[in-house]
Amino acid sequence: MSPKHSKKSDVSPILTLIYDKTFRSVVYQILVFGGVFLLGWYLVSNTMANLEAQDIATGFGFLEREAAFGISESIIAYSPASSYGQALLVGITNTLKVASIGIVLATILGTIIGIATVSKNWLLRFMGVTYIETFRNIPVLLQLIFWYALINRGLPNIRSALNPIEGVFLSNRGLYIPVMADHPAWSWVGAGFIVGIIGAIALRKWSLKRLEATGHIFPHLSVGLGIIVVVPFLVWLVFGAPMELNVPAIQGFNFQGGARMSPEFTALLLGLTLYTTTYIAEVVRSGIQSVPYGQTEAATSLGLRSTWIMRLIVLPQALRVIIPPLTNQYLNLTKNSSLAVAIGYPDLVSVSNTTMNQTGQAVEGVAIFMTVYLSISLLVSFFMNWYNKRMSLVER
Amino acid sequence: MTETTNRARPISGPVLNRSLRWMKENLFSTPLNTVITLLCVYIIWSVLEVLVSWAVVNASFGAAKEACEAATGACWAYVHDMWRFLLFGTFPADQHWRPLLAMVMLTSGMLLSMNRRFWSPWLAVAWIVGFIAVYFVLRGGVLGLPPVRTAQWGGLTLTLVLAVVGIAFAAPLALLLALGRRSEMPLIKVVCIVIIEVFRGVPLISVLFMASVMFPLFLPEGVSIDVLLRAQIGIIFFQAAYLAEVFRGGMQAIPKGQYEAADSLGLNYWQKTFKIILPQALRLVIPPTMSTFISLFKDTSLVVIIGLFDLLAATRAAVNDPMWRQQFIEAYLFIALIYFCFCFFMSRYSAYLDNDLKKSTSH
Repeated sequence: MSPKHSKKSDVSPILTLIYDKTFRSVVYQILVFGGVFLLGWYLVSNTMANLEAQDIATGFGFLEREAAFGISESIIAYSPASSYGQALLVGITNTLKVASIGIVLATILGTIIGIATVSKNWLLRFMGVTYIETFRNIPVLLQLIFWYALINRGLPNIRSALNPIEGVFLSNRGLYIPVMADHPAWSWVGAGFIVGIIGAIALRKWSLKRLEATGHIFPHLSVGLGIIVVVPFLVWLVFGAPMELNVPAIQGFNFQGGARMSPEFTALLLGLTLYTTTYIAEVVRSGIQSVPYGQTEAATSLGLRSTWIMRLIVLPQALRVIIPPLTNQYLNLTKNSSLAVAIGYPDLVSVSNTTMNQTGQAVEGVAIFMTVYLSISLLVSFFMNWYNKRMSLVER
Repeated sequence: MTETTNRARPISGPVLNRSLRWMKENLFSTPLNTVITLLCVYIIWSVLEVLVSWAVVNASFGAAKEACEAATGACWAYVHDMWRFLLFGTFPADQHWRPLLAMVMLTSGMLLSMNRRFWSPWLAVAWIVGFIAVYFVLRGGVLGLPPVRTAQWGGLTLTLVLAVVGIAFAAPLALLLALGRRSEMPLIKVVCIVIIEVFRGVPLISVLFMASVMFPLFLPEGVSIDVLLRAQIGIIFFQAAYLAEVFRGGMQAIPKGQYEAADSLGLNYWQKTFKIILPQALRLVIPPTMSTFISLFKDTSLVVIIGLFDLLAATRAAVNDPMWRQQFIEAYLFIALIYFCFCFFMSRYSAYLDNDLKKSTSH
């Protein structure tokens, strides 16, 4: 930018340098980066000095040591004799468990309510909007604490548990439901399910290839769904169709048998789902409204059937708008699951918190859970970038 | 789309005919729609019946707890007994006018700032003076006011302080971060990207933990920063990271021609940014900006986890009082209503401002 044609004799070289854009930018950058570096160095050296003065150990050696605290629920093996590392792993799996179930439920409910808010029926629209406005304008932490209090204080004790359906018990100790009794068949049925999914994907590839080559349409969607259902069903029949149920029943001071959803888990799942649903409903609504009605009209005039219009014209365009904010909401739900610490569900933050209190190693504890959340976020955003690149409009 | 065509059709005739036609078009247009309408009426009726009979018909509105014994519904004596505690927390009882004055100052400042007539650089000056005044009103120690430690600030007062101070400082910080991320200087860009992505990648609770547990370790011995201030700084940085991305989105939406035109007029960087780009960019992102402010307001409730005594923490303490143990539904619903009113008001204002600015620029 420095004008070469200006009379150089008028301006001193120092002034030229000061007004030079590149020079200025280099100086700014050195100042900012140097400032950040000095600040970081200052904080780190303070921390080291403090840790030494307070005689707190550093490093991740504590992960190997015995944790010596109990965790109320876990899907992997854990006992107080396990290591801190194992305890943190339990925390991570618990976080992933509540997040994945919450994501599925919130997506289903959010889609239904999102569609309701664009309905032609005024009353249905009104109900959808009322739901969204109510639940999104109340802090999610308040909702969690409320549901927890409702289960913990509002429901009767084990002795007089509510029994809405045969075999289902609702009390202040959680929700007990009957499950299928243990049988070797069930793991094979699960394997059959996965084989069915792989088969359906292969079928879709084959049918699309044939469509390109010959123009013959094969109903790969319905046949594929059929495979996913029929294969596990056949496996179940081969194993003699086990039907035995494991029903919860009161024995002593607690229920035995069946599956249990703890009050903490139920409250967390309920709160996160109802809160995130409102955001997902808004995402779905804006996605549907983003596809101009002309697209549907154009497809109709081409003679496409209405199911095809939805599948081939409207849905792909709506999903392009829906999926990026939707993944954002999934991430938010996962991050909000850290509020579990307020109601005592043993998620990653809650377990780390106990670990920090016992070992005093706050820096490592916070670093671990921040790293876990950060890597989940970064993974998802890499996926999003890949998806956006794949889905972005290719203009010819 | 069909909604708009319905609305566009001129509706005339006597009121009864008009409303009948409206009902036919919007509620009973097809058999399926009629079924849906009836189902909705049933659901709304059953929810309202439970709610109204609990909160109004069977409730006891007396000021004394004893009156509740007979009632099967809500016991609103709770609110009568606890409202001071919910508003002011553990602030010394004879000094309650001070948090009340602070709340009035903060809310009236917010309401005045919402009016576009007052938008000028003087508003920023007024806010800084206002914050200093609020600080001294609450803290005391001047003009003969007895000092009150920040640990005693609480209830709705603390929630409002956290939210308003948070909004006022997160916005300028977010602007700097957004400009830094769009800057052409690689080092500044990297610093801003790291700050934004780290704060967006972790839950707020971990930021608050860092502020409450880890931060004291960062400081040299003998130096300590008040936990309220630390939490406040955590909230500001966390929301500023989200807001920075909102602002950046707005700046990206401005056509390149605007930047080039500003350059060719010979404007320097700050003139270009503040006179050409930002006035257009910020206008585009009013709805997401306001929804970030709403999240900030809701997220102040998380400070309960690190032991600050905000509105939610006060309620939690109140329902752990043996006297009010059974009134937890009334207690939580009452503050849910308070949070709802603030957030709903903010979202309505956002819609109004968005419309108003669109109208004023369209001609």
